[in-house]
Amino acid sequence: MLTINDIIEAHKNREGPLLPILRDIQAARGCIDEHSIVEVAAGLNLTRAEVHGVVSFYDDFKSKPHQGASLRVCRAEACQARGCEALVRDAEAMIGKAMNLEPVYCLGLCSVGPAAIAGNGDVHARLTADKLVELVKANE
Amino acid sequence: MKIRISDDALAIACGADSIVSALEARGADVDRVSSWGMHWLEPLVEIDGEGFGPVTIEDVEAILNGEAGKLSIGQIEDHPFIKGQTRLTFARAGKTRPLSLEDYEETGGWAGLSKARAMSPLEVVELVKGSGLRGRGGAGFPAGIKWETVCKADAERKYVVCNADEGDSGTFADRMAMEGDPFMLIEGMAIAAHAVGADKGYIYVRSEYPHAIAKLEAALELCQHIIAPFDIEVRVGAGSYVCGEETALLSSLEGKRGEVRAKPPLPAHEGLFGKPTLVNNVLTLCAAPYILAEGAEAYANYGMGRSRGTMPIQLAGDVQFGGLYETAFGATLGQLVNDIGGGTASGDKVRAAQVGGPLGAYFPPALFDTPFDYEAFTEQGGLIGHGGVVVFNTHVNMAEQARFAFEFCAVESCGKCTPCRIGSVRGRETIEKIMQGEAVDENLALIDDLCETMQFGSLCALGGFAPYPVRSAINYFPEDFRPADDKER
Repeated sequence: MLTINDIIEAHKNREGPLLPILRDIQAARGCIDEHSIVEVAAGLNLTRAEVHGVVSFYDDFKSKPHQGASLRVCRAEACQARGCEALVRDAEAMIGKAMNLEPVYCLGLCSVGPAAIAGNGDVHARLTADKLVELVKANE
Repeated sequence: MKIRISDDALAIACGADSIVSALEARGADVDRVSSWGMHWLEPLVEIDGEGFGPVTIEDVEAILNGEAGKLSIGQIEDHPFIKGQTRLTFARAGKTRPLSLEDYEETGGWAGLSKARAMSPLEVVELVKGSGLRGRGGAGFPAGIKWETVCKADAERKYVVCNADEGDSGTFADRMAMEGDPFMLIEGMAIAAHAVGADKGYIYVRSEYPHAIAKLEAALELCQHIIAPFDIEVRVGAGSYVCGEETALLSSLEGKRGEVRAKPPLPAHEGLFGKPTLVNNVLTLCAAPYILAEGAEAYANYGMGRSRGTMPIQLAGDVQFGGLYETAFGATLGQLVNDIGGGTASGDKVRAAQVGGPLGAYFPPALFDTPFDYEAFTEQGGLIGHGGVVVFNTHVNMAEQARFAFEFCAVESCGKCTPCRIGSVRGRETIEKIMQGEAVDENLALIDDLCETMQFGSLCALGGFAPYPVRSAINYFPEDFRPADDKER
């Protein structure tokens, strides 16, 4: 497994390396914890506050690994117009509990919504409640 | 038998990959091409020019046996949805393999760049000015003037930055261009780099577009020798909507919080790392190869008023024929929604169309005679933005949409300026009170006042335009803000 230092070294000489580094850490570890922040700050000669500020600004960066299915359902206007809210409600009724799904605001699949993206980057469109339940189970 | 199926993210989301596997398992040879943009037909299987869609796994056998007549739409090029368009930017859509340099060259690729490189930078700038091209990201600023400002800025290092942070719901033209014709964007950036004197370019793509990122990276590797000494790097965002605002995008590229910066200084003077930077949207840069190859006039001949050329319009939401429709400016909203889009997919009546993303106004059918043109939409208190049209049926609650507009703004606000950071939260709370029937008149007056403050007091378009959806919802759909159990009555 790549260490935080490996990741820092891989990007250090790029212009504005912080975001690419944080993206790689998030991808490798599933989160960017306090320890990673300290190492990145030291590696780039930044303060911990600066790195923390950046980590906390962006939705893609998590302080803890996400619990539950790694599936994000689009909740933006175009998918709303195609019934994404009712879809999630129906799927939760089928499963019998809240699904704790992370939202995403637009996948660019706005003409074939409701749409979702899985943690591995797979995209899905024209979701029905059945299909959503199936996807949630497959990505748990 | 030539079989073609798109490898665009939308086609894949609709199941294209499994159709391809099923066809290949039966010995068929399939070419993966870009998408025609007829999304209701995806996965669309093209056999010797004839289209079949939407295709499911069960249809594969019938298609190979020539028994899928019921799915046929005839020759794709003759389909009214395609025939009615003027495709300048999306001329290759559906026709070429996205990562084939051969296909790109055969269809006129790199002609614009060769012409540009035979011209002086200022001649290129003049040509772009003459085309009347305006920024396609939303603001509609004349592209040639931006190019000129960066060209004339005196600095050792300059940048070209492509804004590919297409976060507006209801828009996907940038995604389709990046996935379907990545060399076109790269060529556009190389032309811009020659015009402004930049040797480094960045494409800032949102992380929600993994397929576009992969295509761009693969394309850059293939054509590095063609654009050299210019060099382009793909940078991936991290889930922040406000980073689509150009100064926030630059902050993000520098590795900072995606906070908006006050202008001036303009990015054209002091942009990325303090250097003169040309920031253009994907579609703006994608228009450059055509303008260079065919001339400014060829482009400017399309359009109306001060909106020249074509606009790739995106039909989305509850619309029957959703997809990408590139046409000259001037078609009315009604033509787009009802004639081209075919009304709703659900069969319900159209109640509203939101144009220009989350910060765009909601138009009622009574205003559907508004022509698609920057100025005409501004006059009606709206914006065309990035050209997305989201159709809503009668089930929509416009008070909920107004609440969502404020909520979205609150979540995505970068926090730099008070009207946006605080105003959006207070706006959401106040709309919620109205939805509960609490002091409706007073609270509507408060919302109006708040919208005024946000519109004129915010640093960027996020807080500045959030009042558009809110005010249009209140003005055109007042009945939704007067619940039956109004406590005042």
